[in-house]
Amino acid sequence: MSDLGLHTVTIHEARTRLASGEITSVALTEAVLGRISEMDERVKAYLMLTPDRALAQARAADEARAAGRDGDLLGIPLAIKDVLCTEGIATTAGSRILEGFRPPYDATVVRRLKEAGAVILGKTNTDEFAMGSSTENSAYFTTRNPWDLSRVPGGSSGGSAAAVASDECVAALGTDTGGSVRQPAALCGVVGLKPTYGRVSRYGLIAFASSLDQVGVLTKDTRDAAMLLKAIAGRDPRDSTSVDHPVPDYAEALTGEVRGMRVGVPGEYFIEGLQTQVEDAVRAAVDALAALGAEVREVSLPHTEYALPVYYLIAPAEASANLARYDGVRYGLREDSESLHGMYRTTRGQGFGPEVKRRIMLGTYALSAGYYDAYYLRAQKARTLIKADFDAAFDEVDVILGPTSPTTAFPIGERVEDPLQMYLSDVFTLSMNLAGVCGVSLPCGFDGQGLPIGLQVTGPAFGEEQVLRVAHAYEQATDWCARRPEL
Amino acid sequence: MKLSREEVQHIADLARLALSEDEVALYQEQLSAILKHFEHLQQLEMEDIPPTASVLPLRSVMRADVVQPSLERDRVLANAPDTTGGCFRVPPVLE
Repeated sequence: MSDLGLHTVTIHEARTRLASGEITSVALTEAVLGRISEMDERVKAYLMLTPDRALAQARAADEARAAGRDGDLLGIPLAIKDVLCTEGIATTAGSRILEGFRPPYDATVVRRLKEAGAVILGKTNTDEFAMGSSTENSAYFTTRNPWDLSRVPGGSSGGSAAAVASDECVAALGTDTGGSVRQPAALCGVVGLKPTYGRVSRYGLIAFASSLDQVGVLTKDTRDAAMLLKAIAGRDPRDSTSVDHPVPDYAEALTGEVRGMRVGVPGEYFIEGLQTQVEDAVRAAVDALAALGAEVREVSLPHTEYALPVYYLIAPAEASANLARYDGVRYGLREDSESLHGMYRTTRGQGFGPEVKRRIMLGTYALSAGYYDAYYLRAQKARTLIKADFDAAFDEVDVILGPTSPTTAFPIGERVEDPLQMYLSDVFTLSMNLAGVCGVSLPCGFDGQGLPIGLQVTGPAFGEEQVLRVAHAYEQATDWCARRPEL
Repeated sequence: MKLSREEVQHIADLARLALSEDEVALYQEQLSAILKHFEHLQQLEMEDIPPTASVLPLRSVMRADVVQPSLERDRVLANAPDTTGGCFRVPPVLE
């Protein structure tokens, strides 16, 4: 692996080499910063780099190690999606309305990474307020897919996914409200894990849809996902929706053994609009797991067709309330006006981009007098049915397999004019957020144009161990994860 | 069903969003198309189904009522566009 360059290491490889003294965190951080300065002009994964702080953290990690400290993340350079607050470091959520905002505190996940001795390289690009599937809704620029720079990396955590895929970080944090970790992971050929709702603290995560948002991880393989998840998971007194559930050593679940495990394949996930090569690759992955001894069963998630409307009513409704705080008073942009009301309207009209305004409008409509019962309440009732589908399926199987995204990475610009087409990018990932369950996307092949295809492994609430076990066994039996884009 | 210009303007007013004429026209088209695409949700029989607001079981999260340090005022005000006398300053509320 060393001939590929130090920047290509995984967390677990780096950990071994740091522990043996073969490399230092400063050398590793310099290698990754070097890779960034070589690549990021083309990939555009980062909104903000903090190289001086990163090198200071690396030196501190090396000193701590010399003094006898060890740990999974000690001295490992990571990237953070720019919807997570970082104390004193600009945090924009990809929006003009937060330009120049410097949070007075760290998100809990960021604090935990710092306490674990990780090195933070900078903040990665995102669709504005995590609303989008391509990073084209970022107010700053569009990130490129490292496998084909004319295509999107997926979104909204597209900056983090592209940074991992191009070795511009060892691993990264993202967030997933309707697929925003898993879909970009699929499109960039990396591993992306969305934990169970309540598994990871949302404190300091700039809120989009509070009943759906969850912080997740983007990594080069499943072992790294297990290690990074362990570092950020657990109850946080500052987030009342974080659950007091024991945090296992997820890496111990990676036994390579899936004999006797029941994997479900839902017919509802193999529908019109699914790219043929994606379907073929996912079906081949199911066969590969069967060959490893997993028991494959058909399952049904009968309300799948309602997930898109349910999600695009509930998420915008919650967003319209959450984004009321951007009013030009306490932080961010202010557009001056004679009156307070006028200042609110012009600040928000100027500060938000088209997709954010569209969702605020949609959500406000769904919650407004006369439409609440027909839209928001109906969506919440259908959410109950979607969750019940998963409860019933997980009585029968340990995990559910399917495609992460209906297509591989699409060309930049192809879907920007048609919001519905963009929304359909998330058709296979939305349900898991509505049901609050966990899932991982990992590479399972390439299409005819050399673009990566993602396999989605979904588990029940707090089923991260079984999800990772199945994903890891598949990863070990194939070599998709080892492939790198030629940049 | 197609939203009228007046409806779109009313929603924008509720959401405190100043929209241009072009934006109103665009959202009139796009929101109508999106809502039309969602129509099949209206067909679902759900009279006896309870709504789900959160997947977590309903519970009260309690903690001891202990005074803890909070952010210092200067740091809270540091990001504000306009402040005066330790407060956020805003345009007149009443004309």
